[in-house]
Amino acid sequence: MSDSTYLLEVKNLCRHFTSGRGKNKLVVKAVDNVSFGVKPAETFGLVGESGCGKTTLGRTIIRLYDPTSGQVFFNGREISGKMTGELRRYLTENIAMIFQDPIESLNPRMTVEEIIGEGLKVRGVKDKAEIRRRVVEMLKKVGLNEEHATRYPHEFSGGQRQRIGIARALIVQPKMIIADEPVSALDVSIQAQVINLLNDLKEEFGLTILFIAHNLSVVKYFSDRIGVMYYGRLVEVARGEDLYAKPLHPYTRALLSAIPEPNPLTARNKKRLDYDPERDHDYSREKPEMVEIEPEHFVYCSPSEAARYREICRSAVKAGD
Amino acid sequence: MAERDKRDVILQVKDLNVSFRTYGGIVRAVRGVTFDLRRGETVAIVGESGSGKSVTIKAIMGILPSNATIESGEILYGGMDLTKLTEEEFHNIRGKRIGLIFQDPLSALNPIMKVGNQIMEALILSQKMSKKAARQRALELMEAVGIPDVERRFNQYPFQFSGGMRQRIVIAIALAGDPEILICDEPTTALDVTVQARILELINKIKEERHLSVIFITHDLGVVATMADRVNVMYAGKIVETGTSEEVFFEPAHPYTWALLSSMPDLETKERLFSIPGTPPNMISPPPGDAFSVRNRYALRIDFEKEPPLFKITDTHYAATWLLHPKAPRVEMPEALKTRIERMRRRAVGNE
Repeated sequence: MSDSTYLLEVKNLCRHFTSGRGKNKLVVKAVDNVSFGVKPAETFGLVGESGCGKTTLGRTIIRLYDPTSGQVFFNGREISGKMTGELRRYLTENIAMIFQDPIESLNPRMTVEEIIGEGLKVRGVKDKAEIRRRVVEMLKKVGLNEEHATRYPHEFSGGQRQRIGIARALIVQPKMIIADEPVSALDVSIQAQVINLLNDLKEEFGLTILFIAHNLSVVKYFSDRIGVMYYGRLVEVARGEDLYAKPLHPYTRALLSAIPEPNPLTARNKKRLDYDPERDHDYSREKPEMVEIEPEHFVYCSPSEAARYREICRSAVKAGD
Repeated sequence: MAERDKRDVILQVKDLNVSFRTYGGIVRAVRGVTFDLRRGETVAIVGESGSGKSVTIKAIMGILPSNATIESGEILYGGMDLTKLTEEEFHNIRGKRIGLIFQDPLSALNPIMKVGNQIMEALILSQKMSKKAARQRALELMEAVGIPDVERRFNQYPFQFSGGMRQRIVIAIALAGDPEILICDEPTTALDVTVQARILELINKIKEERHLSVIFITHDLGVVATMADRVNVMYAGKIVETGTSEEVFFEPAHPYTWALLSSMPDLETKERLFSIPGTPPNMISPPPGDAFSVRNRYALRIDFEKEPPLFKITDTHYAATWLLHPKAPRVEMPEALKTRIERMRRRAVGNE
């Protein structure tokens, strides 16, 4: 069964893609045995490089892909089982998605009102005036106004389009949002606007958010807890401060050391760490698994590595005193 | 600082104006850009999309699209004005004396040609090498940009390379002509952070080895801090602030630079982000006065009427804002930015 402290719980989820047949068969383990939970009203950040499976994970949770194995629970109910009409309705009512590319994800032949109102229509709201009223209300919440309702997506700038995408996701009043790289296609000054908007809406609606991004500074700023993915696996999960203050998994360390700092005095002498799974781990004798090193700080490691990580944490505490 | 100033200026852009003819009207993409590049230094141009940074370097490379015209201005290089050269004359400069690295390495490479041959092609065209010599040199270049197993990789196609490796090939091609200036147009924007870090290290390394002068275009301030000696901040086709990296990051003077610096969270940001309201102006009819004034919470009345000149702050640091006029009211940078700069300085001291 599922743990009731979590709104969304993912257990041993796998999503493998296969191509070819016979001896040409190729299996890509895009998501491989991933487990984590998201608490109500929490923002869980998922970071990793392109191709690590973070987008696939988000899409498998919301059932844009079917899981290969494993389970996903939402509010105690399993949502990874056989797809029925009833389950689909349950999913779309409770979880909404914001996509990365605000141009591709909006239908160019629909007006903004149709795009945002579609979710209501699907839910059986028939009264046109009612839909209109709620669309306008939503537009205002995301910083657009009434006259935008009759326009088409191409008439908007990137930031405004992303606002439309956010309005579309929120109009059905979902409990949870999966935001897949919502700001990475936007300009710097517009990114800040959208991040601030998401922060405001998060508080207003008490939203639970799964925030997928590759920009570590943005994830740190926006999330309560963070999971780091590497080649389909979750290698470290921790509260934001802990992850950045004491990264334990060598991949997390490498990732953090690669962020270019906007500080000309330190950026040049920064020491970058490399991660090489072959060199950094010896899993020939011991099998790695998710281990809780400190409260709420999980690392994918073998027992001997776990002992070493615990030692690092202990000495860090001492140094702090 | 004095030592750096003595180094001779290798490229000079003077009051450059570039316009595009479009159906909507004439787009004034670059409006009076002036900067210089000294031997052995890296100059960064920072700005958002549409600020004119890419158009500026396209003008330098002579690869403006056909609907663009250079209205006025000079680009002085090696005793020539590049704006007046014919296409024929440009062939002796482009790729040979000025190399260019594009943002997207996949579209910069020919998908149906082996990467080795693409590097060889550049060598044969620019250096008039024999095929045999070019092959040898291409293999050396591939090794120099950090591609492992060069003999096998030489005969592969671009799709068989990862993004970072493709960008290395593009760098190898840019180096084939043995240029003295390297222009990098957002070379790492499409790459992951760990790959980006490696490519930036590579560019810095070859810059040192070959004594290159680099113009680096980006919108990522972290990348600027890693790479640049001097920084030019562009907004709406103009350079609004220019100075050394330290000056621009620690003593920014233009409200747009303040906004840029404080709009992205760093790893210690907790407070609400400072966001710039609105969107960049339409360059068909840029607003009168300071183009940033409508989005600028510190705008004075004169900002809406009259364009500010570049005010001198130090010998190397200039900013185009009326706030620097002696008669202007004293306006301090936002508090959040001040604490962030304080934090950055402290970190730097702690690291030493």
